[in-house]
Amino acid sequence: MNMFGARSFAHGIHPPASKDDTRHLAIRQFPFAPVLVVPLSQHIGKPAKTCVREGEEVVRGQCIAEPDGFMSVAMHAPATGTVRRIARAPSITGKMTPAIYLEPFPASTQELLESTAGDSHSRSRDQIISAIQQAGLVGLGGAAFPTHAKLKLRENQHVDTILINGAECEPYLTTDHRVMLEHAADVVNGIEYLLKASGAAQAIVAIESNKRDAAESISASIASRTNIRVEMLPVKYPQGAEKILIKSVLNREVPSGKHPVDIGVLCHNVTSTAEIGMLLPHGAGLQDRVLTVGGPAVKHKGNYRVPIGTPLRFLLETVGLEQDATSVFLGGPMMGQAVSSLDIPITKGTTGVIAFGARETGHLNDLRAFPCIRCGYCVDACPLFLNPAQLGALALSESHEKMAGEYHLFDCFECGCCTYVCPSHIPLVQHFRIAKSALRKKEAAK
Amino acid sequence: MTNASSILELRSSPHLRGGTGVDTIMFNVVVALVPVCLFSIYHFGLAALLTLTTALVSCVVTEQAYCKLNRSKSTLGDWSVTITGLLYGLTLPPGLSLWMVMVGGVVAVAVGKLLFGGLGYNPFNPALIGRAFLQAAFPVAMTSWPVMPSHRFMAVPSSTLAFPLTTPDYDGVSGATPLTAWKFEGVSTGMEDLFLGSVAGSTGETSALIILLGGTYLALRRMLNWRIPAAILATVFTISSVLHLASPDRFAGPLFMLFSGGLMLGAVFMATDMVASPLTNFGSVLYGVLIGALVVVIRTWGGMPEGVMYSILLANAISPHIDSVVRNRVFGTQRRWLVREVER
Repeated sequence: MNMFGARSFAHGIHPPASKDDTRHLAIRQFPFAPVLVVPLSQHIGKPAKTCVREGEEVVRGQCIAEPDGFMSVAMHAPATGTVRRIARAPSITGKMTPAIYLEPFPASTQELLESTAGDSHSRSRDQIISAIQQAGLVGLGGAAFPTHAKLKLRENQHVDTILINGAECEPYLTTDHRVMLEHAADVVNGIEYLLKASGAAQAIVAIESNKRDAAESISASIASRTNIRVEMLPVKYPQGAEKILIKSVLNREVPSGKHPVDIGVLCHNVTSTAEIGMLLPHGAGLQDRVLTVGGPAVKHKGNYRVPIGTPLRFLLETVGLEQDATSVFLGGPMMGQAVSSLDIPITKGTTGVIAFGARETGHLNDLRAFPCIRCGYCVDACPLFLNPAQLGALALSESHEKMAGEYHLFDCFECGCCTYVCPSHIPLVQHFRIAKSALRKKEAAK
Repeated sequence: MTNASSILELRSSPHLRGGTGVDTIMFNVVVALVPVCLFSIYHFGLAALLTLTTALVSCVVTEQAYCKLNRSKSTLGDWSVTITGLLYGLTLPPGLSLWMVMVGGVVAVAVGKLLFGGLGYNPFNPALIGRAFLQAAFPVAMTSWPVMPSHRFMAVPSSTLAFPLTTPDYDGVSGATPLTAWKFEGVSTGMEDLFLGSVAGSTGETSALIILLGGTYLALRRMLNWRIPAAILATVFTISSVLHLASPDRFAGPLFMLFSGGLMLGAVFMATDMVASPLTNFGSVLYGVLIGALVVVIRTWGGMPEGVMYSILLANAISPHIDSVVRNRVFGTQRRWLVREVER
C-alpha cells in the first residue's frame, strides 16, 4: 500500500515523467512521405502475405497483405498510390525484412476505403475476432502482439476481466493520454467489442493519476454502463507492464512463465482499444497510428497520427531536429530501442519517437563504472523481485544456465529499473539481453 | 538534420539514469563519520588525532601504492579507502603506538581489500581485518587503555610515540573500559556517561549519540540498510534482557550492553559494509540477528570483554551463504525455503 491508499505494486522507480511538453498538444495528422515502406512483419508471429503486385495502384485502407495463418494480421495501404516494389527494407533490429514500397499519389484526396461495417451487438464472438485480425490490429503499446490472438480462448480458458492499459508509465510518451482525451467514445466502443469477443463480465480502464483529465473523459463516455469502470493508480514505473498492471489493479499475480489469460485476465492497450472502436464499425483497417514525437532535441514536438511505413528520416525532417541531437529511439526512454539508421519505417508497434541531445546523453558517456558493491538498490527496485545483482555477477562469469535455472532470467522483461538505480553504472539489462540471446541460440542449435 | 545518421549514438536502454554513484554514497559515509572522529579527538585529544591520521594515511598510501604498482587508475575518488582508514582508526585504543597503527593499516587494505580484488570483492570489512591482525599480533597493546595526559591537546601518552618494533611503555594503565570493568571487576558504568561517550574505550566507540546521528543520516538517504543495525541492537537488547532478568548479578543489563564497547560503531558503520553484508532485506535481518547473538555470547561467556569485531567478521563470512539460501520470492512463484530450484 502507499500513502494515497490507492492500489499499486511493490518496488519500481520514479523517473521524471517529462510529459509536460506534449501532454496538452492535440493529435494532428502527419503528412504523407514521398515513399512509404510497409514491412510485412510488424507483429509477433508470421509475416503477412502480399496480395498486390508491383506497379499496382492501391487505395488508402485497401488490404495489401493478408494474414498468413492465425498468428498473423493483415496490412493495409497507408495511402492511395502505386506499389513501386516489394523488396527488403531495413528494420530496427538491423536485419533487412520484406516490405511493400508504396508511392502515394501527390494529388490524391486520400479518402479512406471502407468495407463491411458492423456493430458489437450484431456480430458473434468469432466474427469480431476475425474482423480484428482483418483490421490488422496488434498491441499498440509497443509489444505488437496480434490483438485477435489474445481474444481467441482455448476450451478450458475463461476470462472474467478485461484490463485496459492506460497507465503510460514511460517518460515523455503522451500517446495514450491524448487518445483517451480525444477518443474516449472510441475507447468505450472498443471495450464493448472486447467484452463481447472474450465473454468477460467487466472491463477496467487503469490510468495513472497524472492523467486525471483522461480519466474524467473516459468516465463521461462510460456514462451509465455498470460493467466498465476507471481505476486510478499512483504514478510509478513500470506500472504499464502487463503483469505489473494486473497486480496493481486486481492484486493477482500472473504465475511465472504463464500468461494473464491463465488467471482470467486479458490486458489490452488503450490506444489499441480505441482503434478497435474506430475501425470495426466501418470495416476499416489500421493504416496509421498515433505516436508521440518528443524529447529535448525535437523542434516541433507533438502527438501525431502517422501513416504506417513513414520513414523515420522523413518524420524527423518534418518535425525538425536540434543541432545537438545525439540519439533517437523508438518508444520511451526506459525501454525504447536506439536506432542505428534513419531509413527504418514507423511500424504498428512504435509508441513514440524520442530524440535526445548532448545534454541528455553526454553524461552517459562520462558515467564511471564501478564494480558491484552489493548495495541492493537493484534488488529493491526490481518489480518482479528478481536479484539483478546476482544475475549480473553470474553474467560476468557467463553462467547463463544458472541465471535461467535458479534466478529466473526469463521472467525479466527488461524494464530497466535495475540499470536506472545502479550506483556502479553497470549495464545490467544489457547483460541480461546478451545472456538470453546466448541461451536462445543454444536452444535453437539443439 | 543534414546527415543525422552519421551522428547517431547507439546505447542500450534504459536511456535515463537516476540515483547516485558509488562515489557519492561512499563520500556520504565519510561525511557521517566526520562527527564521530571530531568527538573522538575532542574526548581523547592529540592521541586520537594522531591515531586517526596515521590510520587514514597508512590505508590511503597502501591503496595508492598498489594502484601505482599495478599501473591502474587511482581509486581514491571512490572514497572507499577513506572510509576504511577512518573506521580502522576508530576501532583502535587511543595511545596505541603509531607504528602499530601503521602496520595494521597496511594489513587492512592490502590483505583485507586488495588481495581479494579491491572495492566490491572484499568478503570481510577491511577495517576489521586490520584490527583483528593487531589484536592477534599485539594483544597487550590492543587492550591497554593508557591514562590520558591532563593537557590532552598538548601531550600524548608515551606509548603513542614508542619507537617502531619496540614494546611501548605505559605511564599508567587505568581507565578500564566499561566492559572490562564490568567483566573483570564487576563495576557498572552510568548510562548517561555511556550514551554521551565520556568513558574510556577505543577512539570511536564512545559516543552512541553521535554514531546514531550519523547512522540516521545515512539511513534516511538510503545509503545504509537500517535493518542491519536495527536487527543487531534489537537482538542484543532482547537476549541480554532475558539473561539479566534471569540473573541480574551475573548478567549485565540490556542498556549497558547496548551502549558499551564497540557495539554502536560496529552495528551502524561496520556491519553495514554493503559489500560484506547480504543483498536481500530479510537476509540482512538474519545477518543482524546473528551478529547480535554472537556479541552477547562472546561478551558473556567468551574470554574477552568485547566481541563485536569477531561477531561481524564471522557474519561477513556467512553473508554469501545467507544470500544463496535467503532469496526474495520471485513474482508469480511460491515462496521456497532452502530449496534450490531445478534447472530449466
